[in-house]
Amino acid sequence: MAKQSIVPFGPQHPVLPEPIHLDLVLEDEKVVKAIPSIGFVHRGLESLVEKKDFNEMTYVVERTCGICSFMHGMGYCESIEHIMNVEIPDRAKYLRTIWAELSRIHSHLLWLGLLADAFGFESLFYQCWRMREKVLDVFELTTGGRCIFSVNKVGGVLKDMDAEMLKVMLDVTAGIEEELKVIKKTFLFDYTVESRLKGVGVLTKEQAHNLGAAGPFARASGIKMDMRTTGYAAYKDLDMEIITSEAGDSFARCEVRINEIFQAIDLIRQAISKIPGGELSAVVKGNPNGEYFMRVEQPRGEAIYYSKANGSKFLERMRIRTPTFANIPSLLETLKGADFADVPLLIVTIDPCISCTER
Amino acid sequence: MGIVKRSPWLLHYDGSSCNGCDIEVLACLTPVYDAERFGIINTGDPMQADIFLITGGINTQNQAVVKQLYDQMPSPKVVVAVGVCACTGGVFKECYNIIGGADTTIPVDIYVPGCAARPQAIIDGIIKAVALFQERADEQEANQKGQKTENAALNEAGKETGNGN
Amino acid sequence: MVIKNPEHVIREITPDRLLGEVMAFKNAKLRLSQACCAYSEEKLHVSYSFANDDTNEYTILRLVIDKDTEVCSITEFYPYAFLYENEMKELFGVNIQMINLDYENKLYRINEEAPFIKK
Repeated sequence: MAKQSIVPFGPQHPVLPEPIHLDLVLEDEKVVKAIPSIGFVHRGLESLVEKKDFNEMTYVVERTCGICSFMHGMGYCESIEHIMNVEIPDRAKYLRTIWAELSRIHSHLLWLGLLADAFGFESLFYQCWRMREKVLDVFELTTGGRCIFSVNKVGGVLKDMDAEMLKVMLDVTAGIEEELKVIKKTFLFDYTVESRLKGVGVLTKEQAHNLGAAGPFARASGIKMDMRTTGYAAYKDLDMEIITSEAGDSFARCEVRINEIFQAIDLIRQAISKIPGGELSAVVKGNPNGEYFMRVEQPRGEAIYYSKANGSKFLERMRIRTPTFANIPSLLETLKGADFADVPLLIVTIDPCISCTER
Repeated sequence: MGIVKRSPWLLHYDGSSCNGCDIEVLACLTPVYDAERFGIINTGDPMQADIFLITGGINTQNQAVVKQLYDQMPSPKVVVAVGVCACTGGVFKECYNIIGGADTTIPVDIYVPGCAARPQAIIDGIIKAVALFQERADEQEANQKGQKTENAALNEAGKETGNGN
Repeated sequence: MVIKNPEHVIREITPDRLLGEVMAFKNAKLRLSQACCAYSEEKLHVSYSFANDDTNEYTILRLVIDKDTEVCSITEFYPYAFLYENEMKELFGVNIQMINLDYENKLYRINEEAPFIKK
């Protein structure tokens, strides 16, 4: 029998922008078991509901994570709007959708860059991040922020986009589409990249279901699930197909995410062509009373915002369940039997967002 | 003053930040903002790092990690706190698990404000850190030289009295 | 796009019926979407949400219990619930028994005991 050894991995590691710690039990070069320990980023922001009222909480919730910040704010606001039965104006719904899809493009490009970095393709990493900067420029133009925008509020949005901004957005996304077609060739048809991704970290459909995987990670294993089909914001008026892949390996995850960028660009086009005029926010009176589980599709998968209010201006409980939290058990499964050298790559393929996970 | 300028290596650690500052730090190191043109390079190894870039506040669990990373860095070293959470604790200051800014655990030299800190501000912080590092390195070198001459003088004195070997 | 968004169903049950109900959901091949706890009027409200990803149906099992009531872990049916249960145990002090991977209140390693319970 091979000798077993335990290798600590993280919390500070070159491939991880964020801290997570794994104890890897190795048998020679193969991982037999991985034991996670989390909590390096745990702040306890959910407990701030005692100190901030439900409007101020929007800004705290947005700071759960700097990558998917916009969708956190949106999910939280929609949950409160559901409780208070506020119908937000159509224009606000469309603006939310546009910003949300733009966030998806930025997040997936960021992930593609990190993936390229993880398998050691430095120039591809830089190309992806260069494209991502263009998206951030659009964010800056429309909201004034690069990472955290604070444009959501309970009842609508705070900022509008004029025709010129929408035109810039169309131009920029068209440019990204062209460049992405070029980069796609390297990601999907280059044999060196293929040799690092194909067949690595396979998760079958059944395993993915049994481990409760979410988002592109689950879709790469062939599970058809996408919270956008619940029709929040303006998604009920837009056309989209759920993108899935069958293979369930790292290559499939890469493929699904690249195709989702094209899908997001298409959704932005549809939204811009249909966007109605009108008010930006509805009047919100009184305090919420009730509870609601809001589910939104974040770049990383299904995120749940649970708000429970008792009629005062302070919520009783606000809970965020983020997709990475759901994907950790599947990650541990894919690590079993993997080569030690593939561990950083496999951690990156779930698109971990630790600050979301631990809040 | 040394003959050659120093090219400090940079270590980045995410305390308990929301990621916003982290991706901005990473964005600073990629071609659009390219902080590497100021003679720094990003490293993942604390034992070879000179400038410590910390984002996010300190919580009960990462306190020991941050302290250890700081101790592993060779002297002289410079600490830059990026973002309002690393400066004071920011919006999370009142959370039960947050102790406060980075300066509750390690001595911080440069504070970069912002939520999230903009790349321009981060680059400004890095340039200040590079200058401060140069200053400290020169100082340390001068001290070492001083110590050497002192030692040499002591040795000389020892020889004269016949006690040195 | 086909939009499916049926109303969420919230069903209150007693702790002794929990395992039976959960087993039924497991047999119906539903996904455990999340589990969480809330503290309200000296009672713990524990919610287990189950999702059907084909129809987007969302069912929530709710336990309303006292602070020291024993709750049996559902990790026997949903092994990946261990993270949620450890979280509830550490942050709310829910008395959950028999978790398959029990961190013994060391998941987040916080100094305070059950910080979400208002004193």
